[in-house]
Amino acid sequence: MSLEKNILVKLNNVGIQQNDKWLVKGVSLEVEKGKIVTLIGPNGSGKSTTAKIALGIYKNIEGKVEKFTNNVGYVPQKISIDWTLPLRVKDFMVLTDNIKDELIDEALSLTGVIHLKEKNLGNLSGGEFQRVLLARAISKKPELLVLDEPVQGVDFTGEIALYELIKKISEKLNCGILLISHDLHTVMSATDHVVCLNGHVCCSGSPKDVARNNEYKALFGEQASQTLSVYEHKHDHEHSIDGKIKKN
Amino acid sequence: MFDDFFIRALVAGIGIALVTGPLGCFVVWRRLSYFGDTLAHSALLGVTIAYTLDFNIAVAIFITSSIIALILVKLERKTNLPGDALLGLLAHSSLAVGLVVIGFLTFIRFDIMGLLFGDILAVTTDDLLIIWIGGAIILLVLKLIWKPLFASTVNYELAEAEGLNPNRAKAIFTILIAAIIAISIKMVGLLLITGLLIIPTAMARNISDNPQKMVIFSIIGGLLSVFLGLFSSLEFNTPSGPSIVAAALILFIISLFKIKQTIQLKN
Repeated sequence: MSLEKNILVKLNNVGIQQNDKWLVKGVSLEVEKGKIVTLIGPNGSGKSTTAKIALGIYKNIEGKVEKFTNNVGYVPQKISIDWTLPLRVKDFMVLTDNIKDELIDEALSLTGVIHLKEKNLGNLSGGEFQRVLLARAISKKPELLVLDEPVQGVDFTGEIALYELIKKISEKLNCGILLISHDLHTVMSATDHVVCLNGHVCCSGSPKDVARNNEYKALFGEQASQTLSVYEHKHDHEHSIDGKIKKN
Repeated sequence: MFDDFFIRALVAGIGIALVTGPLGCFVVWRRLSYFGDTLAHSALLGVTIAYTLDFNIAVAIFITSSIIALILVKLERKTNLPGDALLGLLAHSSLAVGLVVIGFLTFIRFDIMGLLFGDILAVTTDDLLIIWIGGAIILLVLKLIWKPLFASTVNYELAEAEGLNPNRAKAIFTILIAAIIAISIKMVGLLLITGLLIIPTAMARNISDNPQKMVIFSIIGGLLSVFLGLFSSLEFNTPSGPSIVAAALILFIISLFKIKQTIQLKN
């Protein structure tokens, strides 16, 4: 029972079709309080789609999503702000919630962009904007954080600092984090549970287990084996270029 | 100079400008100018229905505009036509049908020019009540849906993900546009009401760096346009709608100097 209580969002065999093609299919996963679940997979493998299903953005899905919290912070992968709308960083921070000023300052300081508070969003660089996005998501002290490539465009030292921050946040707020990342180093060091996607769940488990998994190696190949030393492996299926499964 | 009808027109204009300011901001932010135009064009149908059935004009316009908005949503789902083509289709066909129906209603004398371009002489005390009560309701509802509407205007997925129900806010906002068209048609006319929604807002955009300022400047711009427009309408005997919109245009042109300064500062 206690385990059940800790679950923030649970995906049960979900999938979504677009123009008769499955974007993702048969994905099951759950995010618990204080845990970081990371989705990895090649481009077009349905990572962002899975995150959006978990968030309830996509409605016409197969399977079942159970969300046990409404206090959600989201950093989308792509966000385009229309410049017909003049928006300062501090306006953006209170977009979905009326957050107290000191909490806004705290979050902006944590991600290192407090000096940009009065600036217009349109004048920020890509990395600065990304830090603001992350600050906005954490400022409301969410129970569930969904971070879709949260450090894209951030400089190298910043990237490490932000991943450390994300880990600290999950401990401090005891919130669950669904993280999408292409950075295998980080994934393997900071994550409790890894789900390897390629249109479906290829494999999942602790970072160690996944690194040892053959499908993971088949997907990530050379790079992965270099980062994660050598584990013995064998394939039981392959993916063709369009993501379809070919049995060996 | 301050004849009774003129005071009425002024009070009506103030009521309308207070509402078109904030609504206009959302129309511009959400790129709905042509959508507003379509609903306004369809208002003519509402007017003919009101005359035929001896019904309140504002209510009839509100109902027809809402129905047209619903039809648009249906057509968007059922056809492969782009949104602007569907808007054009609905705007012009509803205007055409409205004018044809008027042609049949030979037993009623219509002031078509008044309908198309507004007529300050036509504003009655009843209209004032409708404008101020209707306007107050529109502003109240807009305040209630402000958060989800604004958040989804910035980014739909953020609003949806963080539990703000943007679809409901969007549907309610559509009804609010139909409502403002219904209450302001007598003053501004159905061909020009979108002008009053957009031009003061466009002026406000040139001189604002945040959304709150833009809403306030948009309201001020609307009020100034109404004052300037109505006085010149009285002075030069011009129709009220075009006078108000032309005044708004002058304010917009003035605001361009301000934007030029900011751009120079940046460089």
